[in-house]
Amino acid sequence: MGEHVDGNSLAGPLSELFAVDLTMASARCLGCGDVSELARAMVYPDPTGYVVRCSQCDDVLMVVVQEPDSVCIELRGMAWLKVPR
Amino acid sequence: MAVISRGFTGRGRDHTPDLPPGQYLTADFPVLSAGPTPDIDTADWQFSIRTDDATLHTWNWDEIHALPIEDIDTDIHCVTRWSKFGTSWRGVSLDTLFADIETTDGFVMAHSYGGYTTNIPLDDLLGGKAWIAFEFDGEPLDPEHGGPARLLVPHLYFWKSAKWIRSLEMMPADQPGFWEQNGYNMYGDPWLEQRYW
Amino acid sequence: MSTLSERETRDAAPHRIGLWHAGVVVSTKTESPTGRSIVLDVPGWGGNIAGQHADLRLTAADGYQAVRSYSIASVSNGDRVELAVDRLPTGEVSPYLVDELRPGDQLELRGPLGGWFVWTPSLPGAVQLIGGGSGIVPLMAMIRSHTASGSDAPFRLLYSVRSPDDAFFRSELDTPTPGLDVTWLYTRVAPEGWGRPPGRITVDDLAGSAFAASLSPAVFVCGPTGFVESVATALVALGHDPHKVKTERFGGA
Repeated sequence: MGEHVDGNSLAGPLSELFAVDLTMASARCLGCGDVSELARAMVYPDPTGYVVRCSQCDDVLMVVVQEPDSVCIELRGMAWLKVPR
Repeated sequence: MAVISRGFTGRGRDHTPDLPPGQYLTADFPVLSAGPTPDIDTADWQFSIRTDDATLHTWNWDEIHALPIEDIDTDIHCVTRWSKFGTSWRGVSLDTLFADIETTDGFVMAHSYGGYTTNIPLDDLLGGKAWIAFEFDGEPLDPEHGGPARLLVPHLYFWKSAKWIRSLEMMPADQPGFWEQNGYNMYGDPWLEQRYW
Repeated sequence: MSTLSERETRDAAPHRIGLWHAGVVVSTKTESPTGRSIVLDVPGWGGNIAGQHADLRLTAADGYQAVRSYSIASVSNGDRVELAVDRLPTGEVSPYLVDELRPGDQLELRGPLGGWFVWTPSLPGAVQLIGGGSGIVPLMAMIRSHTASGSDAPFRLLYSVRSPDDAFFRSELDTPTPGLDVTWLYTRVAPEGWGRPPGRITVDDLAGSAFAASLSPAVFVCGPTGFVESVATALVALGHDPHKVKTERFGGA
């Protein structure tokens, strides 16, 4: 079993980039159409980045790579991201 | 200015000639994964190489074990900064698997069960530098570490040694794989610290 | 006397949760053979609600840094923060926090983090808490918030530990509290004469001791990945609405 944690663990790393708590945002998975809060997604962490996958179909929603001078965020698997205000 | 935490040293940051820059030595074998561990029965397992003319060269579990099997003793270096010295593996050299394959393409995309991909120049897979490995430390490679079989390219950062290897696809030009699309280096030489773009 | 409109409130300088705050250890307390709670004073923290977590950053003398996330056991609107940490034998940070850290030491915190795995006294309805090991920590914050606010929402806790010695916050949980019902589960060693043989949490444990799905309780599950996985699956099998079940898995580092 691949060891993963919940999307709510992203609140810290994402707080470096966004003024709102992005774990409360909902995303629609391009793979299966599921709409869930980012907090419910599956996160595969490692010290240089993390892969966020849909909790329903395992498809990749988002990939984040933390480089020394920048952070690369890929949102390949989301149709949209709805941020509450 | 960061606050120093009294008595905190973190993991040892060793400096030995065998350790590439920015790496620390570990005795255990950390498991890092970009996704769920695929459950692959060796009865269903197959490995293939696809060449430019779309020809598929395929080996099943028994066929790959019928090829000459080599013992490999090597150091491995992960981009997440751990290195492990003197790991021992058994597997089939890619020189053996490529022996009957003709190709004019210079680049390879490795594909895994589970969907992971990574790109490697063909020259880095030949000349006794890469294997399809199915044993680690005298035991069958466990699924967490990429079993039943993984690519082993120890002279590059370990993300190039794709777990759960399924196929190699020849490419005329270098294309980025899963991590490479998001900022990891296209080549990944640990001695040059080629971690990112 | 004027009040800010909602719009103006939003335009006010945001509370920058992404910033690191220097904190000082006020006290530590042994909770179990492998774990302890740590009270910190973090000027500028500004309080947190129940269930949130903090990122902790340690810096070695040579500049090396390590960052880990820990749940917060306390609820306050001030600068005091209580964490509780279990030592992972191969961990890089938790052995330092459990064995080495002492009052007066400094470290940095970022937070409070996470607006999803949280409970506030304004929420109506029954609450089922299910914790494994040090997964009790954010649930303890919810229990404390519930008690302090005088909320009349019925609370139940199922707390699974290896043995009686491994329980965090034992005396606090053993103190009878109105509106809170605590069920202990032991996986390896149970107290003498305990009715249930030691073993991992099962569907029957949940069916017997947790609020029924028909009451549609808000459910919070926290613990190691395997524990959370099996509890969440069992809850759905018992008819709980997956949208009412919130989980927090912790990895090992």
